[in-house]
Amino acid sequence: MPDSIDIPPVVVTATVNGERVSRAVEPRMNLVDFLREELELTGSHIGCEHGVCGACTVRVDGTIVRGCLMLAVQADGAQVLTIEGLSESGEIADLQENFKTRNAAQCGFCTPGMLMTAAELLAENPGAGRTEIREHISGNFCRCTGYQAIVDAIEETGKNRGEK
Amino acid sequence: MTEHGIGVSVKRKEDRRFLTGNGNYTDDINRPGQTYAYFLRSQVAHAEINGVDTSAAEKADGVVAVFTGADLAADEVGGLPCGWGLTFQNGDPMVEPAHPALAQGKVRHVGDAIAVVVAETKKQAKAAAQLIEADLNGLPAVVDMKKAIEGGTLVHDEAAENTCYDWAIGEKADVDAAFDGADHVTSIDIVNNRLIPNAIEPRVALAEYEAASGDYTLYTTTQNPHVIRLLMGAFVLQIPEHKLKIVAPDVGGGFGSKIFHYAEEAVLTWASAKVGRPIKWTAERSESFMTDAHGRDHVTHAELALDKEGTFLGLRVQTLANMGSYLSTFAPAVPTYLHATLLAGVYTTPLIYANIRAVFTNTVPVDAYRGAGRPEATYLLERIVSKAAREMGIDQVEIRRKNFIPSDAFPYQTPVALQYDSGDYEATLSAALEAADVDGFAGRREAAARDGKLRGLGYSTYIEACGVAPSAVAGALGARAGLYESAVVRVHPTGSVTVFTGTHSHGQSHETTFAQLVSEQLGVDFEAVDVVHGDTSKIQFGMGTYGSRSLAVGGEAILRAANKIVDKGRKIAAHILEASEADIEFADGSYTVKGTDKAMAFGEVALAAYVPHNYPHETLEPGLEESAFYDPLNFTFPGGCHVCEVDVDPDTGVVDVVNFTAVDDVGRVINPMIVEGQVHGGVTQGIGQALLENAVYDENGQLLSGSYMDYTMPRADDVPSYHVSTEETLCAHNSLGVKGVGEVGAIGSTPAVINAVVDALAEKGVTDVPLPASPQNVWRAIQEAGA
Repeated sequence: MPDSIDIPPVVVTATVNGERVSRAVEPRMNLVDFLREELELTGSHIGCEHGVCGACTVRVDGTIVRGCLMLAVQADGAQVLTIEGLSESGEIADLQENFKTRNAAQCGFCTPGMLMTAAELLAENPGAGRTEIREHISGNFCRCTGYQAIVDAIEETGKNRGEK
Repeated sequence: MTEHGIGVSVKRKEDRRFLTGNGNYTDDINRPGQTYAYFLRSQVAHAEINGVDTSAAEKADGVVAVFTGADLAADEVGGLPCGWGLTFQNGDPMVEPAHPALAQGKVRHVGDAIAVVVAETKKQAKAAAQLIEADLNGLPAVVDMKKAIEGGTLVHDEAAENTCYDWAIGEKADVDAAFDGADHVTSIDIVNNRLIPNAIEPRVALAEYEAASGDYTLYTTTQNPHVIRLLMGAFVLQIPEHKLKIVAPDVGGGFGSKIFHYAEEAVLTWASAKVGRPIKWTAERSESFMTDAHGRDHVTHAELALDKEGTFLGLRVQTLANMGSYLSTFAPAVPTYLHATLLAGVYTTPLIYANIRAVFTNTVPVDAYRGAGRPEATYLLERIVSKAAREMGIDQVEIRRKNFIPSDAFPYQTPVALQYDSGDYEATLSAALEAADVDGFAGRREAAARDGKLRGLGYSTYIEACGVAPSAVAGALGARAGLYESAVVRVHPTGSVTVFTGTHSHGQSHETTFAQLVSEQLGVDFEAVDVVHGDTSKIQFGMGTYGSRSLAVGGEAILRAANKIVDKGRKIAAHILEASEADIEFADGSYTVKGTDKAMAFGEVALAAYVPHNYPHETLEPGLEESAFYDPLNFTFPGGCHVCEVDVDPDTGVVDVVNFTAVDDVGRVINPMIVEGQVHGGVTQGIGQALLENAVYDENGQLLSGSYMDYTMPRADDVPSYHVSTEETLCAHNSLGVKGVGEVGAIGSTPAVINAVVDALAEKGVTDVPLPASPQNVWRAIQEAGA
């Protein structure tokens, strides 16, 4: 049995939301569990543990990843950004405002992951049209909104960024 | 109308936390000394339990305790109760088998819990569970309802022919006579597919027992904390209300699946006292698939009798309704009280008979899922009406218009128990025809044909009964609880307000909508009003959120409590302003002596209530807090028209929804932005049922669609943007005139989509397409029609 074998913990050192953290964890610990349980960053949510729903999306070294499909040890030495850090940075203040205006969140559970994914699209291609937006966020399930308000909010944010 | 009052798209208070990762969901909560539970679940659908050996698991690393059904039985822990009782046609009570929280004697579905391990960590609990030896003697599984009612293998020995109840509504002889005299009869066979609700937040429970006080606290992902307290406290664990606190903090979607009292809640609460430490359980997604109550799953044969002009003369319906392996909390109500009573729809059909047979199978229990019974009724009606029109060569719009209940016929008594209070079906239909540009459809169809696509147009004109309440009506139909709602409005000394509601918001934006109501009613700033829900220690009582009831029932309770505040304030103002109470007017947050400039602001009155130096002590208590319980006189009846346009690729069977229009009458709209969002979400779930979602069991009772890789839910690129609008007729029996919006999207949309697919394929000779209209099902329908 796996737990009868004594696997020594591994030290993971990473920069999370701009802060250097170091924890000794089981090598099989997922990144999202590391964030939620070790660092108490509960803004990243767990919806499926098999990489399909997108609720645990976080940014690692500039790229979004599924926090449930990456091990914490793989983030050793990496820059990790969660919804908490992304909010605090101000990078998506305009997007968050448009989420409010368009009612792009309902229960809020998928929202942090959705914002992480949308932030990536807006950084890469703020002029994305509705079809491209829908394709880009199609890895993130939302069961409440029917996506339309989310697409509206991202589209509006992109337009405004383009005008600046 | 004020800046944040009724009718304004006020931005949501909830978003301040949800958009920054600061929500507080159950799994975000941890308690000192917390342990973790893992449930060992049956991997087979049906088996006798010869024995469960937990000795090795008990010795495993980190294990605190292991419990089985035998431990619960030894402690006289009750089974999970069913909240709705029905009868057979002969008056015999429905068969209500025991529903132990951990299996006893038999396991009856894949996922049925056999034992629970409590350990220091989640991984230790899970690892130790693998050491439990459950000695099971496999039995044949009953999965298909038509086979189940033939008898043979029984899910429960006491349920002959696997029947829970065989119930009917309407006078069969009269309906049969109508069919005998009909010019045309249209028949249809429908399988309303089984769905898995799949809120993105899995269920979580965290139980804690405080030995010094004997108090229990259960944090849980529920839509109705007081209902859980009542069911679990009174029927399962015998814990009185004052010793049991249920907290449902932010809940990540429910759609019905978080109404019910689940085994894990009871097991953890009970076990937390046994081990003397808090215990947490978080469902893995595969557990959600195997244990959250599923939805729909009706097999129906229906017939519609018409005269030669297309006027409906009678409707005859026979439905098999899957209950799954045990009765979930409200399961018996769904195919009867929420389905059979809706079979008049928006039509004047004078005679209706429905026979509902509820069937046990070795599958996950089935219960209410967004719409609950009403989507099944609407699907049946809108499919058979469309089919009848096609058979008789009558236009799809005309057959509906011809049979609509006219707008001057309200209140309208249907032949199936309900009395509709208001509505205007012609108004929603004509608005939808215009919004959907039905006049331009022929041109669009030709254009699609040039691209090799078959374009179809489908309608659904629907009604639902919601604002789920009238306790007396519900009681007469089998409910074992009341269905009112309660509220407390607490005005603080400096004039800010806390509203306590017994409803529960898990995406519905109550914190915003209810604050708008109170802000307008009391004339206080929107920011000065906070709404509290989801904690039985803070809220006096409540029945929770489901059946689109929160505004129509809970909102009205809040309004009534607020009106009591206004009345008490008037007495205080009259005393201080030295005027008669009858001369005091209240408007825009100010009490004024009629015809004078003597006035007191609402905040001044609040302060006077708490600093009662100059106060009518002989006749009035100090303080400014009022409570109300509201039990409505009737349901509310939202209705509307959905129009769907699809393109079908005849070579692949792929269906694209290219236009979707929803015009709904949900009564008065408090926050248009929030209403629109509810419709968007509901329509998407309805399109999901129509095109993508399907819970599939094999003949052995294995759930084949048991993960997000197998159960297809709509993604952003599966659906278009919708045209959504409202037409208002006011509810006649609540003072807000509101009807409810949570379910309309899911109720109206599914038949519109399938009617559009059938319309597209009509030229291929297709008359029906099964749910879901997946590429495979559509392609097969085309091939079979052409064969």
